[in-house]
Amino acid sequence: MTTAYNWAAIQADPRFQALHAKKSRFLWTLLIISIVYYVLLPIGAAYFQDIFKIQVWGPLNVGLTFALSEFIVAWGIAIIYSRRANNEFDVLAREIVEQAHTMGSR
Amino acid sequence: MNKLAKSLLLAGASLPVFAHAEGAVPEKFRWLTFLVFGAIIALTMFVTYLASKKVKSASDFYTAGGGISGLQNGWAIAGDYLSAASFLGIAGLISLYGYDGFMYSVGFLVAYIVVLLVIAEPCRNIGKYTLADILAYRNDPKKTRIFGALSVITVSTFYLTAQMVGGGVLVKTLVGIDYEVSVIVVGMLMLGYVLFGGMVATTYVQIIKAILLVTASIILVMLVWAPYGFSVPGFLSAVIGDVKVQAQVAKVLGDSADNMTAAQLGQRFLEPGLYLKDPLDQISLGMALVFGTAGLPHILMRFFTVPTAQAARTSVIWAMGIIGGFYVLTIFLGMGAATQVGAGEIAFVDKGGNMAAPLLAQYLGGGADSMLGNFMLAVVAAVAFATIVAVVAGLVLASASAMAHDLYVGVIRRNSTVTPEEQIKAARIATLFVGAISIIIGIAAKGQNVAHLVGLAFCVAASANLPCILLTLYWKKANTGGVMAGMVIGTLSAIALVLISPNMTYPKLKLADAHKVLEGDQKRVKELQEKLAAATSPEDQAKLQKKIADASIGAPAKLEAAKTALATMTDPVEKAKQAKKIAGLEKSIKAANDDLKKFEGQTTSMVGLEEPLIKMKNPGLISIPLGFLAVILGSLFYRDEKAEAMWDEVYVRQNTGIGASKAHQH
Repeated sequence: MTTAYNWAAIQADPRFQALHAKKSRFLWTLLIISIVYYVLLPIGAAYFQDIFKIQVWGPLNVGLTFALSEFIVAWGIAIIYSRRANNEFDVLAREIVEQAHTMGSR
Repeated sequence: MNKLAKSLLLAGASLPVFAHAEGAVPEKFRWLTFLVFGAIIALTMFVTYLASKKVKSASDFYTAGGGISGLQNGWAIAGDYLSAASFLGIAGLISLYGYDGFMYSVGFLVAYIVVLLVIAEPCRNIGKYTLADILAYRNDPKKTRIFGALSVITVSTFYLTAQMVGGGVLVKTLVGIDYEVSVIVVGMLMLGYVLFGGMVATTYVQIIKAILLVTASIILVMLVWAPYGFSVPGFLSAVIGDVKVQAQVAKVLGDSADNMTAAQLGQRFLEPGLYLKDPLDQISLGMALVFGTAGLPHILMRFFTVPTAQAARTSVIWAMGIIGGFYVLTIFLGMGAATQVGAGEIAFVDKGGNMAAPLLAQYLGGGADSMLGNFMLAVVAAVAFATIVAVVAGLVLASASAMAHDLYVGVIRRNSTVTPEEQIKAARIATLFVGAISIIIGIAAKGQNVAHLVGLAFCVAASANLPCILLTLYWKKANTGGVMAGMVIGTLSAIALVLISPNMTYPKLKLADAHKVLEGDQKRVKELQEKLAAATSPEDQAKLQKKIADASIGAPAKLEAAKTALATMTDPVEKAKQAKKIAGLEKSIKAANDDLKKFEGQTTSMVGLEEPLIKMKNPGLISIPLGFLAVILGSLFYRDEKAEAMWDEVYVRQNTGIGASKAHQH
């Protein structure tokens, strides 16, 4: 394990700050969206049964469609996240890792 | 989770009655079952043998040397996660209660978003073998390792006990092997995998099991869905038009079904509210599932087996695909069982519905007397068995690593001069110890109501582990004090709230229920009489009178009447129906009498309560915020300069993966 890094300097480096800012905003937004979307299911099932009972396609009703849409949303978020992470965050992180030795040594 | 586990384990309280044999598989086809079981066991043993040659270091033992690929790990996570409760339990709940059963499926998948977004990659970048590695990184290693390890052992023990007891009951119900024997067989097999093959073998066993489970489910779904041309509305129309489904809904709804048409009853099966009745409890359960999964030690540990954060990400994506795909199939498994086998038959074999998928397989293959039917049942039974063994193996490995790596190497020996040989020896001794304990607990807990334990495991993981990990990773001010407070308060509040919840057994309520069964329900009779007085139409009056007659006498009187009626019957179909009714009555009388004997003279629950103090079965809604609050307050009141000084390093490492331990080459 290498110990030569100046962690404070890397943390303060604008490139790391940029990565951090982009990543955190993105991650927490996705997390909040998915948790809110999920909680709507038990709330809907408990308090909005009339809406859940409306039939949309033969016997298929809003409630069942909504439950199925949870799968689509979960997979969608997984794909959106992995695309962004693979194409953007990983590239930025690799750059920082490659230049980490020079950061802070001035 | 509580309700799910409860239904899974209800079989423990009321031993299933079978028409011919002790298990769901008839005696003359028993050899088929053993053949399929034997094949699967032989395959996993062979894999373990191959793996055992690869396990040379502690890193191999705990994390397969970090050399598992993202794809492999994705399947292994699915294998770890899809326990018997989710395979058999959810299919069963859907077969009995339709829509509400499916709501569980959703929560189990959504949980992985939390894992993907904020847990998997940072854990890979910071940790080495265990959950406590992450906590110890910038905190006082000794203190956080002790608290982290204790929490891991607590969660694993709860989960393990539920799996062992549930597994024993399951194997007995399916094949008729004695409870004790199946607990010992599960324990020995699991010990074989873990002791000799460590994480390498455990991973491959998980993968094999996940593939078998998914394949078996797909085949069953194909057979169920094909007659409707793979059309969704076509299939659902058949479900709601089914007489057995309509009868089940009418039974569940009771009085409120009186004025519903057959079509309405059928449609009701696809609407919420047949099983989950308390909204707060539902949300609480959802929270425990979603946050608890990210704190389950055996799931976390899987992220140390891949070489990079990218591979950790890939593995969660694969896991979400597999787990989600499987849970979509549960609709067809459950509803298929509801139409083909029928809720009455399913609940007759096992009250909680756990036998829905196996019975569906038997039916699709040609029924209880056919060779193919019993072969398919045997396959499903063997998959369920493999599931239990694999999940137990993962849990044992997680708690053994907490004991050996965190407590022994990290705390007692303080990392100094522990040779690799000593480390791996410590790991194997801890495994043997945990394995032996799990077998002993499994046998000791025979017939116990351990329903609340799976829910409790998720709840402790969500209230103690997750707040500590999340804040250590993302909050600069988090420190040793916060971790200690969070672990203690999260764990204890979850346990305390379950102890005063309706999950526990309350003898007074049980006795009252047993008396109702045996002597009739006088309170209900009174209520019905009041309704009768208010009723105006002769039709309603006749219905109510019938209900009063039914409620006023106990099961033994009904049994007498049913037997008398049977004697005068001639039609063989009617006779068979009546015989089933008699068997059902006999079963409930026996259960009520057993309860009377068991709870005689007792008035209070384990913690001295006559009835539950809180209505919520799942305490997540209270204990999760408490856990987070404890970490925050604990951190603010405890001064730990090292934790803050190391924040930069932790934060840079978790985001970039600089210096993360690399996989070593085999």
